[in-house]
Amino acid sequence: MLDVEKDREPVIWAEGLTKRFGKVQALDGLDLSVPAGTCYGLLGPNGAGKTTAVRVFATITRPDGGEVRVAGHDVVRDARQVRRQIGLAGQHAALDEELTGRENLQIIGRLFHLGRRTARRQADHLLEKYSLDHAADRLVKTYSGGMRRRLDLIASLIISPTVLFLDEPTAGLDPRSRLQIWETVRALVADGTTVMLTTQYLDEADQLAAQIAVVDAGTVVARGTPDELKAIIGSRVDVALAPEASLADSALALRAIAADGAVPDVDEDGRTLSVPVAADSFTLPAVVRQLDSAGIDVLDVGIRRPTLDEVFLTITGNNSKAEHESLVP
Amino acid sequence: MTQPLQRKTTPLTGFGDGLTIMIRNLLKLKHKPGQIIAELIVPVVMVLLFGYVFGSAIAIENGSSYLEYLMPGLLVMGAVLGALSSLTAIARDNGLGVMDRFRSMPMERWSVPFGQTAATLVIGVVGLVTMSVVGLIFGWRAHNGLVPALGAFGLILLLYYAVSWLGAVLGSLVDNEETAARLMMLALPLVMISNVFVPTGGMPSALRALADWNPVSAAVTACRELFGNPGAPSGDLAWPMANPVPATIGASALILLVCVPLAVYRFQKEAS
Repeated sequence: MLDVEKDREPVIWAEGLTKRFGKVQALDGLDLSVPAGTCYGLLGPNGAGKTTAVRVFATITRPDGGEVRVAGHDVVRDARQVRRQIGLAGQHAALDEELTGRENLQIIGRLFHLGRRTARRQADHLLEKYSLDHAADRLVKTYSGGMRRRLDLIASLIISPTVLFLDEPTAGLDPRSRLQIWETVRALVADGTTVMLTTQYLDEADQLAAQIAVVDAGTVVARGTPDELKAIIGSRVDVALAPEASLADSALALRAIAADGAVPDVDEDGRTLSVPVAADSFTLPAVVRQLDSAGIDVLDVGIRRPTLDEVFLTITGNNSKAEHESLVP
Repeated sequence: MTQPLQRKTTPLTGFGDGLTIMIRNLLKLKHKPGQIIAELIVPVVMVLLFGYVFGSAIAIENGSSYLEYLMPGLLVMGAVLGALSSLTAIARDNGLGVMDRFRSMPMERWSVPFGQTAATLVIGVVGLVTMSVVGLIFGWRAHNGLVPALGAFGLILLLYYAVSWLGAVLGSLVDNEETAARLMMLALPLVMISNVFVPTGGMPSALRALADWNPVSAAVTACRELFGNPGAPSGDLAWPMANPVPATIGASALILLVCVPLAVYRFQKEAS
């Protein structure tokens, strides 16, 4: 790990975190350490324990075991201190539908004990800054999904929190609204806010998170930067053969470059082959030379880096128990 | 990096939080003028319906009008049913994601049920005043002067407040508006097995015991005495009928003693 992290206390830190709901072990020894001023992604299938973890960090749910510190305070013993420094935006917009946007923000500001005037000023400021002032005095139930989610995010920024928890902030949003939320998150991180983001959208984690923890069955099964995670399963070489080339010969030739003993996938109808290779071990010309020296005519060759989706499926797919649980809604 | 905005808090902060929650719940009403109008029309309908439909068939001792007998009962019944309606409001409120946000905020958690019941109480005062005015228009009077009358209103509001906490507990248990609405239907027999519409004297003995020990009956009897309206029970009386004022205060205090800690506990408890 980086040296910087040693001198700085992590802003979110959990060790051996456990939580059980009835028969479901939602968290099963989760360990996490999030450095200040970064965006940290929690990635995992439905039911993996992401939301429960965030609810523990945000002092809503009491853990059964383990230790959790957020912004320097224990979430159980010093919950109040933690609550003064965090913001939370959930997967369901946590707003009063029967109040206007402005009223929602003012009430939340007053419950944060900002005082009536500061709460009002802060509400006006945020509505303007995030261009919702045109709808500020309309009831939230008339808002579109994107507007609600934006207001929800703004509501979590009322106190300018040091740590912001976003639980699937863009689930179900249209692309434009997603981009707006992403922009906001980037701006907040640039300002020094520590953001913890849970998501099922891997491109979202890829876009926003500096570090990612893949959570499955209540525990972290892999962690690292998006690039580090992609390196776990390496790259692939895809080859499309010319009509006269032999599939068998090509497969043999590709085995020479395959990652330790991997066998190429052969698509006989499409006349294509695909083989995993160790990450960044080959350049494209090297692959072409290999095929050329074996006398194989190809139409197309490409080295493809894995998407986070493939990483995700590889890491979480091995765990049949988790797969079973993720089927349960 | 910006520091979070914050203010010093004191032990009194929780009351401020409760006040904010109350304002929040009342603000919602402001955006629903239809509901306000409905709240105002219900008392009129109840006085007319029960006063004239029942009144035309039921004769009262020494020639008083049935409305004189009925009004204390209607005021108590309206209060108890109105207070229990907090059940649906609180069930809906607690089902909202916004409660999770509140739980993650540095506010006092106990302030939420206090604010919710305070908002209910404000609505209750308005309802009580409206129904009294409607009663006055149709000829009901309080005969014993202002102070006993205010005492009667105080008793009604005490019982109302206690029942609204019962509603808060039930509302936090169901967390679902439809179930809450069904549960509300059960309130009707609770109110009807009492002396609201008819004296308990003619009821079968088991039912009469139930009706006599129903806090609603105690409150109604107390109000009849304090307003100087007809219908005071006579003969061999159950304790609450003989001591209606202490019985009403005692029953309300008991409900509050049980329900306030329960409702606060229910809200403080993590949502799973």
